[in-house]
Amino acid sequence: MDSPSSPKNTPDLLRPSRPVGIVGYGAYVPRYRVLGSEIAKVWTGKESGSPVKEKSVPGLDEDVATMSIEAARNALARARIDPSELRAVWVGSESHPYAVKPTSTIVAEAIGAVPHTQAADWQFACKAGTEAMVAAIGLVGSGMARYTLAIGMDTAQGRPGDALEYTAGAGGAAFVLGPAEESLAVIEATYSYVTDTPDFWRRQEQKYPEHGQRFTGEPAYFKHISEAGRFMLDATQTSAADYKYAVFHQPNPKFPERVAASLGFSKEQIQVGLLVPYIGNTYAGAAIIGLTAVLDIAEPGDRILVVSYGSGAGSDAFAIRVTDAVLERRDLALKTQEYIARRTPIDYATYVRFRGKLAMK
Amino acid sequence: MSEVVIAGVGQTPVGEHWEISLRSLAVSAIRAARADAGGLQPDAMFIGNMLASTLSHQSNLGSLLADHAGLRGIEATTVEAGGASGGSAAHLAYQAVASGMVDVALVVGVEKMTDQVGPEVEAALAQMLDYDYEAVQGISMTSQAALLMQRYMHLYEAPRQGFAGFPMTAHANAVHNPNAFYRRALSLETYARGEMVSEPVSLYDAAPYVDGAAALVLTRSELVPQDLSHGLVRITGSSIVTDALALHDRPDPLAFKAAGFSVERACRQAGILPQDVDLFELFDAYSIYAVLSLEAAGFAPRGEGWRLSENGGLSLQDKLPISTMGGLKARGNPVGATGVYQLVEAALQLRGQAGPNQVANARRALVQSLGGPASTAATHVLEAWR
Repeated sequence: MDSPSSPKNTPDLLRPSRPVGIVGYGAYVPRYRVLGSEIAKVWTGKESGSPVKEKSVPGLDEDVATMSIEAARNALARARIDPSELRAVWVGSESHPYAVKPTSTIVAEAIGAVPHTQAADWQFACKAGTEAMVAAIGLVGSGMARYTLAIGMDTAQGRPGDALEYTAGAGGAAFVLGPAEESLAVIEATYSYVTDTPDFWRRQEQKYPEHGQRFTGEPAYFKHISEAGRFMLDATQTSAADYKYAVFHQPNPKFPERVAASLGFSKEQIQVGLLVPYIGNTYAGAAIIGLTAVLDIAEPGDRILVVSYGSGAGSDAFAIRVTDAVLERRDLALKTQEYIARRTPIDYATYVRFRGKLAMK
Repeated sequence: MSEVVIAGVGQTPVGEHWEISLRSLAVSAIRAARADAGGLQPDAMFIGNMLASTLSHQSNLGSLLADHAGLRGIEATTVEAGGASGGSAAHLAYQAVASGMVDVALVVGVEKMTDQVGPEVEAALAQMLDYDYEAVQGISMTSQAALLMQRYMHLYEAPRQGFAGFPMTAHANAVHNPNAFYRRALSLETYARGEMVSEPVSLYDAAPYVDGAAALVLTRSELVPQDLSHGLVRITGSSIVTDALALHDRPDPLAFKAAGFSVERACRQAGILPQDVDLFELFDAYSIYAVLSLEAAGFAPRGEGWRLSENGGLSLQDKLPISTMGGLKARGNPVGATGVYQLVEAALQLRGQAGPNQVANARRALVQSLGGPASTAATHVLEAWR
């Protein structure tokens, strides 16, 4: 007989005791852009070779705390709730300004959610934000809280000259989770798939991350994101055709296109949420800022599949159904495409200065 | 007279086996070879491996693999000679069986390379060179091959395009090898566009480093089970020859003298001339290695070897097919295992089991693996027997 702790061969989907949904959402993208061709010119002498057109760059006075506050304010504007009703403020990032000291308390204080709230930072590479969302769904779904706030935000670090420098962008999204009946999109189920797969990492005190080159592809990104996506489709007895949109973690344009095709999704289904060519890979923000772009245009009844991927490694999958409330709420804050259109191009030297890449001592 | 025969062969697909450990890879190949050999019980195992202690933090492979292959207790040791490790392991196994000291010997080549990133692997491979005088200066296998190719092109006025036939032949042959890494043809146009790794060695002049394991069961003819369903292949020549480790210690770096002497000795033992073979599994880790090996073996005069591949001159239908299952270039180069893959592939040819790649009427094969730029050369002559 199985003991209670023995592993289950067939896991269940994660579903809260009471239905939960997204009550408000908000995106944020800094305004500066550096062109891929500009980076290529510096490192290769030619303008070709960048996987993206351009990437977003945070300004000198921006970091994950300030950017999270921007996105959180947008989410609250759409949620139309009093911030003091939030019982959790959770920020997922791999660029928290402090190694010890929470980003989340800064955000909670700034938006007026203190002091009766949970607050903590999440860390799981590019899926830190979606992990925070799953926990936030759980807190609401269990009845412990009416509203929670989960944020995924990054100012990604790319080592100068590394392949990842072309894509390491800045941005993310915030979500107010609450009762399904108040929501603009209902969370139908979530599922996570995790193993210890060290494909990309940054140790304490290191300025830039390292990665396992080709190991980041097949056994890391593709394995986890495909397993999570496939399980979600099978367990919900749905197929790609049942979803209007899909959003996959997007470290570059090619990876999500390939995984989408392997799960049966067309290019049209992932087009709206595929923002990496214009803002780069926003790491913990990447999948969920794609979701905000979809919510900006989705129609009531549309179903959306979101699958994040975080190095180290794991994927969180979400099956989401849009409700009527989206129509009246999405205009209450700046839309994701408006952030993308609000751009100021900078050259490589300015980018280097903004990102503190010049060693002064 | 008692013959040393290859009673069984086994191999795993080569590739980026991130989810398969060194021991599992080796055990897969061992199991396949033992099954092929009709249940012969090995007394000894000779393991070809170069990099386990550096890239997998694992030495003492003899004990590890004997244990995990269900052969705990048998004699088992690693043979290391850079890229010639697999061929050298086969040579020692051959000696052991031929001498009568061992009745049944397993030869296993195994290499696990993709658990480390590129620069780590390059640095580990450079251990094949003279560390104190070459590697310490920053030279790698590829940059050294580039020096050889540059010198060759200068001395013999060979055009870079003249090397295209070698990778093109290898890629064409790999298309039908289910165990190969690059199962796609290579066009002249693609070759010409190849990105330089270390000029003039382009991406298409250098074999990819991959994981893999291959195995052979050797025994004496009288011990072979009667009910084997496949033909037997005998080893009629086996030799290892070394040269100066450092390229700068050789009066004529383009000569690949050890490769030449090794062919000469193996052929003399077999009582044949190199020209008597029906195929040549040569060591095409780099296009220039293939050229220099052909010249060293006497298939072309010095400075003319590159012309052999013109107009598909070394293809499966031609007089001297090379790299018949894709060679190092397209099957892939799991360094210490490569020599065993070459022997497995040649044995399949001589057994008439090479599928769409079968060389018609193949009776005799020459097989050579090289450690460094022919610093060590291990050469075998195989013949179809019954």
